Amino acid sequence: MSLKRACAIAGVAESRLGVVPDSTVLTLQAEAFAAALFDAGIEKTDVDGLLVSGAWGRLPQLQIAEYLGIQPTYADSTSVGGASFEFHLGHAAAAIQAGLCKVAVILYGSTQRSKQDKYIFQIRNDLGYQYEAPFGLPTPVGAYALAASRHFAEYGTTSDQLADLAVATRAWAALNPKAYRRDPLTRDQVINSGLIASPLRRLDCCLFTDGGGAVVVVSPDVAKTLDKPPVWLLGQGESHSHAQISEMPNLTVTPAAESGKRAFAMAGVTHDHIDVTEIYDSFTITVLLTLESLGFCSPGEGGAFLANGRTGPGGDFPLNTNGGGLSYCHPGQYGIFLIIEAVRQLRSECDERQVADAVIALISGTGGVLSSNSTCILGLE
Amino acid sequence: MAEDKNTLDPDADPYWEGAAKGVLRYRRCTNCSIAIFYPRSICPNCGATDPKWAVSEGAGVVYACTTVHRAPPAFAERAPYTVLLVDLDEGFRMMGGLLSEPCETTVVVGDRVTVTFTDGPDGRPAPYFKPV
Ligand SMILES: [Zn+2]
Repeated sequence: MSLKRACAIAGVAESRLGVVPDSTVLTLQAEAFAAALFDAGIEKTDVDGLLVSGAWGRLPQLQIAEYLGIQPTYADSTSVGGASFEFHLGHAAAAIQAGLCKVAVILYGSTQRSKQDKYIFQIRNDLGYQYEAPFGLPTPVGAYALAASRHFAEYGTTSDQLADLAVATRAWAALNPKAYRRDPLTRDQVINSGLIASPLRRLDCCLFTDGGGAVVVVSPDVAKTLDKPPVWLLGQGESHSHAQISEMPNLTVTPAAESGKRAFAMAGVTHDHIDVTEIYDSFTITVLLTLESLGFCSPGEGGAFLANGRTGPGGDFPLNTNGGGLSYCHPGQYGIFLIIEAVRQLRSECDERQVADAVIALISGTGGVLSSNSTCILGLE
Repeated sequence: MAEDKNTLDPDADPYWEGAAKGVLRYRRCTNCSIAIFYPRSICPNCGATDPKWAVSEGAGVVYACTTVHRAPPAFAERAPYTVLLVDLDEGFRMMGGLLSEPCETTVVVGDRVTVTFTDGPDGRPAPYFKPV
């Protein structure tokens, strides 16, 4: 059984991003929801599926549906960190294919910046976490730093190579009016930005912003009735391997290895077919490990792959073309913005940062501490 | 953190009782024989229940390490400090601190280390490692 072309993405939108003090998690999601439905040309009354993840409230799925005034007959609150929305896309496709719904909305919002909600950064001291809590590893950056230390030691990867990704990603952000940080960035600035948890520095880390996003997923029948070109789901795979970093089987191989294999097989395409790539950049090292795990390069070659701006504007591997979690926005669970940017690239709506002739896009979301991954391949046909 | 001593977690009590005596305890599956850490009631390899408790010699190799410069609030006074993942000789991996005395102590991935128990920030003994 395959999800290939089981659904199409008909509409995408962000809410206001960055610092949005006059907002709540509900208002930001309502903004994105309304804008994505408008983008799709679909009425609210047609929405019969809702997929939600968020580190807010008691029961986010129920609270946001109530606020919006929808009573979905298909619900999914799979919550596996920032990758949740790539999981949702696969689950929406399966539900639509099974006839359980026709118009599903994937939704996210956060006011973590304005409300200074640092819930996710708190060190937990219960259940499995009690075996890590005494050592003061900051979450999540410390876990990613451990993975980076292993990759550096095993393969000779350098901080300069990671910095080059941050620089290339900032160059994309400079072309995106919605990006939070758009000033030019140099390798030296990244290297001199101060250690957070070695070897990761401040500018190896994603932003801490507010923001919301919405993605409207529809059945093939609905897609044919809409004005904008549908963006088809060609392949999806998902996997999760652990919750805490000391339980990760191999710190240099992420669950993207499994999810990517499945997504490529389902889509029936190879790496050479991918025109534009959106990979979750919670930290620079996240991208390096994901590229290797997806097979864009061999284990250990990720550093060389990223070096010298290859992934930036004009490079031969356009990556994180909105400016990424590093420079565009990162409201806690960033994965929904990977979908939004990939859809806009395939629809040629990206103005200055548009990748020419993009017809197939790959998105890969990572959640937790390299814990979960879903990879989706999208196409215009 | 002082209020969370896990005294109501029977899954973990033998581990912390060992720590209080300077003994590093883990569990071993009675079916497939793998070493299990963190200790739990079911084997994550084969699914057999009730693995037996065992005692580690506390010696191993640094698998990964990071030095924390921007610490969580409860740890701010200790920064910078180093956190390790260590592969113990018995065949399991665990997180530990790096013993901060002497303060210039450093390790790199691949170094041999051995465990010692010293009070963590909540006043309870926790495993810290020192170079061999
Ligand atoms: Zn077993």
